Amino acid sequence: MRSEDFELLSGLLKQRSGLVLPKDKAYLLENRLTPLARQNGFRGLEELVAAIRTSRPEEILAQVTEAMTTNESMFFRDRRPFEQVRKVLLPGLMPAREPLRRIRIWSAGCSSGQEPYSLCMLLREAGEALSDWKFDITATDMSTTMLTKAKAGLYTQFEVQRGLPIRMLIRHFHQIDEQWQIAEAIRSMVKFRLFNLLDPPDELGDFDVVFCRNVLIYFDQATKARVLNAIADRMAEDGVLFLGSAETVLGVTDRFSPVQGQRGMYHLQGKIPTIAKP
Amino acid sequence: MKTCLIVDDSRVIRMVARKILEKLGFSVSEAENGAQALDICKRQLPDGILLDRNMPVMDGLEFLASFRRLPGSGDTAVVLCTTENTIDDIKRAIAAGADEYIMKPFDSEIIHSKFTEVGLL
Repeated sequence: MRSEDFELLSGLLKQRSGLVLPKDKAYLLENRLTPLARQNGFRGLEELVAAIRTSRPEEILAQVTEAMTTNESMFFRDRRPFEQVRKVLLPGLMPAREPLRRIRIWSAGCSSGQEPYSLCMLLREAGEALSDWKFDITATDMSTTMLTKAKAGLYTQFEVQRGLPIRMLIRHFHQIDEQWQIAEAIRSMVKFRLFNLLDPPDELGDFDVVFCRNVLIYFDQATKARVLNAIADRMAEDGVLFLGSAETVLGVTDRFSPVQGQRGMYHLQGKIPTIAKP
Repeated sequence: MKTCLIVDDSRVIRMVARKILEKLGFSVSEAENGAQALDICKRQLPDGILLDRNMPVMDGLEFLASFRRLPGSGDTAVVLCTTENTIDDIKRAIAAGADEYIMKPFDSEIIHSKFTEVGLL
């Protein structure tokens, strides 16, 4: 790929999505955008780039951004955060929310929905203890393709076998031909919204728990800080943020501090998270 | 090192599964059908079994019924691995004593996920 083409595309992606693509990942542009170029009637990536350089057609730019920012997800990814929700977060947070019996959760960068649906299954499996609690679960992503898939809750045989215990599969899904759809009772627990993390999240409201896992890894430091600070602005004082296992707030922002003894969990700096001692 | 017995009448499946499981750190043995597998288990119980369903001589569910009667077999995790992929198939397998279930085709991520689920990883 020509250097000037890489510069143009990577610059556009950073501006539109915050995604930072190092030069050694240029092959990803070729892999993902060559088919897109052909679908739009161009002979190859070079022609696509030439069209972008000439006229910046919004539709093409949106498709390029979508193609580069859609990422795989899986049910109960990393397992530990979901164990932490079950054993540490909920037992602490529920007494603190007792009068209203309402907990607000944001799954930021939800991809094709496996993360919010995993949370829903976990909550459903808790049974009677949570039956008269209201969980407002907002799941956002900047990809319309991913959100469409997430809302449908329809997954391939491969997807439902990664991370999902078989007993949960047969309890919460039904089959449609060769695919598996998550039950309507679970789908209806989640509000999916198109949202770019580069935009201020004020319109989304406030949250007790935020999942922003394996999203920030694509951003540079300044963008990471901007996103984390925006999340901090929308977080309940005693709330908790979950990041991916390879991510940290340290050196990025001083708005959050790690929760002691709970890897991947963060609380607002100077505030006390409402969690149980395991 | 944890041990895993692969039970499948397909040499190719056994080969693919062996590669994946050895990479995950298992010491692997193989059987072509349920009868062979039962002989192996009577001598030494493995930590895990990756078990096909449709096999000649003795199929997976017949094997499972006999296997679960062996003393100590409750400590062995059995992952059924089959092309049969309906909810009824899955329920039947769990009722027969399978701990987890893989619908073929599988890849290394699925094996990793299911073996983690049953506590072997």
